[in-house]
Amino acid sequence: MRAAAADRTQTPSTLYLICAAAWFVPGAGHLWLGRRQKGIVFLVALTSMFAFGLWLEGRLFPFEMTQPLVALAAIADLGIGCPYFVARLMGVGAGQVVAITYEYGNTFIIAAGLLNMLVVLDVFDIAKGRK
Amino acid sequence: MVIFSLFVSVVFAVLTRDDPKDQIKFGARLFGGFVGAGVLIGWLLYPLPL
Repeated sequence: MRAAAADRTQTPSTLYLICAAAWFVPGAGHLWLGRRQKGIVFLVALTSMFAFGLWLEGRLFPFEMTQPLVALAAIADLGIGCPYFVARLMGVGAGQVVAITYEYGNTFIIAAGLLNMLVVLDVFDIAKGRK
Repeated sequence: MVIFSLFVSVVFAVLTRDDPKDQIKFGARLFGGFVGAGVLIGWLLYPLPL
């Protein structure tokens, strides 16, 4: 069922505000637009995926422009929004290279960030009235 | 791999389908495809030396 907020086209400033909220808190954009079921699923699934990656000793990559792949991984990590900053503030995400789950953890963290970017694009389409 | 497949399937299914029934059907197919492909590729790589 579509809510009234999603059925009307948003003004440009509101549109970008919704997209920023969707990036910062996974699922917030859908919740804002009245798509409660989708918003809750994204909030739970993406945040759990990110937390699972950290638990598996994954690393939050630094922005090292001298190493393009590391920089790209850092951008993907940042895609999850608020949980990234919370993890940074808590000092987790240092990553244990020798841990057997290190690469699995990185995969979870990076995929969570990239999936949240897709969610933001979906929110943009909904707010534009395309979906 | 199974947990990763579960998360990705859930997100993709909810993202691309609006009806809850369609979401469950598509999510289950995606999940089965991910796990099946993982097992199949694992077996295909089995003869290769490390």
